[in-house]
Amino acid sequence: MTGTFALLRLVLRRDRVIMPIWIIGLTLAPVAYLSSIKAAYPDAAARQHYYDINVGSATFAVRNGPLYGSSRGELLAWQCGFVPVVVALIALLTVVRHTRTEEEAGRRELTGATVVGRYAGLAAALLAACGAVTAYGLLVALGLSAQGLPIGGSLALGAEFCVTGWVFAGVGAIAAQLTWGAGGARGIAIGVLALAFLLRAAGDSGSGWMAWLSPIGWAHRVRPFAGEQWWIVVLSLGVNVLFGALAAVLSTRRDLGAALLPARLGRATAPASLRSPLGLAWRLQRGTLLMWTIGVALVGLIMGGVARNIGEMARDNKAIADAVIRMGGGGAVMDAYLASVMTLFGFAVSGYAIQATLKMRAEEAAGRAEPVLATAVGRIGWAACHLLFGLLGPAVVLAAAGLTTGLAHGGSTGLVPAALAQLPAVWIVAALAVALTGLLPRLTSGAWGILGVFLLLSLVGTALQWNTAVLGISPFAHLARMPGEPFSIGSFA
Amino acid sequence: MIAEAIHAEGLTKAFGRTRALDGLDLAVRTGEVHGFLGPNGAGKTTTIRILLGLMRADGGKATLLGGNPWEDATALHRRLAYVPGDVTLWPNLTGGEVIDLLGRLRGGLNPKRRAELVERFELDPRKKGRAYSKGNRQKVALVAALASDVELLILDEPTSGLDPLMEEVFRQVVAEERQRGDRTVLLSSHILSEVEALCDRVTIIRAGRTVESGSLEDLRHLGRITIDASLLRVPSDLAALPGVHDLSVYGSHVHLSADQSELDGVMRRLAEAGLRNLVSRPPTLEELFLRHYQHEEPVGAAR
Repeated sequence: MTGTFALLRLVLRRDRVIMPIWIIGLTLAPVAYLSSIKAAYPDAAARQHYYDINVGSATFAVRNGPLYGSSRGELLAWQCGFVPVVVALIALLTVVRHTRTEEEAGRRELTGATVVGRYAGLAAALLAACGAVTAYGLLVALGLSAQGLPIGGSLALGAEFCVTGWVFAGVGAIAAQLTWGAGGARGIAIGVLALAFLLRAAGDSGSGWMAWLSPIGWAHRVRPFAGEQWWIVVLSLGVNVLFGALAAVLSTRRDLGAALLPARLGRATAPASLRSPLGLAWRLQRGTLLMWTIGVALVGLIMGGVARNIGEMARDNKAIADAVIRMGGGGAVMDAYLASVMTLFGFAVSGYAIQATLKMRAEEAAGRAEPVLATAVGRIGWAACHLLFGLLGPAVVLAAAGLTTGLAHGGSTGLVPAALAQLPAVWIVAALAVALTGLLPRLTSGAWGILGVFLLLSLVGTALQWNTAVLGISPFAHLARMPGEPFSIGSFA
Repeated sequence: MIAEAIHAEGLTKAFGRTRALDGLDLAVRTGEVHGFLGPNGAGKTTTIRILLGLMRADGGKATLLGGNPWEDATALHRRLAYVPGDVTLWPNLTGGEVIDLLGRLRGGLNPKRRAELVERFELDPRKKGRAYSKGNRQKVALVAALASDVELLILDEPTSGLDPLMEEVFRQVVAEERQRGDRTVLLSSHILSEVEALCDRVTIIRAGRTVESGSLEDLRHLGRITIDASLLRVPSDLAALPGVHDLSVYGSHVHLSADQSELDGVMRRLAEAGLRNLVSRPPTLEELFLRHYQHEEPVGAAR
């Protein structure tokens, strides 16, 4: 472990901009929620009413997790139900970035040859990620108690956010030992996160025990302001240490730069398909496209299945029906639910669109565009081949999402157009990513920030009933809410 | 056939406040192997990127194979092959796939020659890009370029990372290209022995400017001749003689370098002093090179 401290300083130095940004930015969310809850539901009766209409809703349970009570703190914790997912994502990306990415780039070799212990790199990455997550949790607790919430509950909500951060930092550390490339490690860790989300969503909207299989479910069961379960926080810390140790053991079972999953020899000559820039783009992009298509198809099956339950529940409970209709806008409860599922797909697939589009920038930054452009391939043609995946790829993925949701819901393919109705907004996000690639190539990751803002406007802004001019910044606000509403091009004018 | 495969005049390029190129001239005759020399950050790679149309020059004029490198980039790229100085491969493509892909993108490659080069460079084309060492990545790019039937090869420090055996293979292959006579090679390097062995003419640049250009013979005339002599008696005014540099005296033995224009006078003086032994040596490329970089203050050298 010698040298861990020095490497930790290196990690913190490299992340000196991004780390404070996410910590402070993500602290603003619960603090802003709290002020809006205070303003929108000033007394206990208003809060009770809000609680009554939301408590049984499977849709909201999928998004936010369980709602425990009608106090300010409980409503706040419920509205922040998606935060543990975001923290988990940041934690795992941080760990992979400072372990496998370093190793893949050959920088680990540079530091590893100095007076640095075998586990120092892994330990430094874990310490940095967990330290940042913990700092974030404390900052949240501080901000909320300063606004008058009970100190115990505030601390518990901060701890709830840390639970997933700690666990998924460990998941990232393990994933980093499994594959050769950082991309593969990220894919595995994010896949585990997606599985955790699905288990939690299925558990919270149906049988409760499935949520216990998911660290995100654990986070919600810390129950801030509702009889805090501190042992879960201790459990997640234990899991963090366990995963970290497991990653350390795995790292000694392999060589520097190598992976546990073995690399095989490939073909000595190129197949006939690899003869054009399009063939190359297909080869580079097909894996991502395939993973996304399978991923959303699975999510679609679950979301479609949940929709059946909702129909039954809504018949029994008028409050739920009202709430869903208010959220959705279109006529029937079912349509409103399905439309909100399609919006979620729209956001998720925008992530894919950004990923596919920025592949172009990644190729350029890594120096792999140069030899291609030095052949008889024009820069426009080269870019167009990658952009094809940024434009048509999302259509394929969305169609898969609509197909499986529809099949699981009612055995029909009728939801494909509703899913494809998300395309205009997805394309706008992709177009913004292209514009960044052209204008500010060093800031292309800003495309993710823009998508984050759109998501915030949709999740937070709509719930808090912000000014429509502000909400209208997001292209997702202009989409037809299908099914239920007819598709119209006009709303984009 | 055009007389000059590459002609660049007064190229300038600035990155923000640093001037990477500051009026660079380069002329490469068709059919020759041309050495392009300069220390790190002198502007070699920037020049090559401009010639490839991957970058636009701020000023100056460049012609490549008779065309405009920026406007006619794709058409020109069919007629040339390029090996970047720092080769990065796609981690999930094998070396063989990369060779075929780049060849096809260029408009086809000679399968017989490909097989021969893979064998000569002892490359395993079945390995994935991420599994290759730096030298092996370099070999992949070299095979891809050399297996194409193109008029112009642009090689940016092509032997960095190659072991001495493979460097020798590279020299043989380039020497064969040179004998064909219809291929032009621009070889950027700072391995002077390689340039001396392979090149007909060289261009030396420094801080974005051409400081010397011509055949090695021409350049040698500009350089100084190194003289070691044993004399009966060492004249006391030797150091003051015009054209004498770096004089050192060990007893009756003198070591000096002399400007070629003043050689006659220096030799007369040495002969008068009673020559017992004399060794003279023309300037090596290394000496020419070092002379340009050591005796002047750097002026805003930047990559």
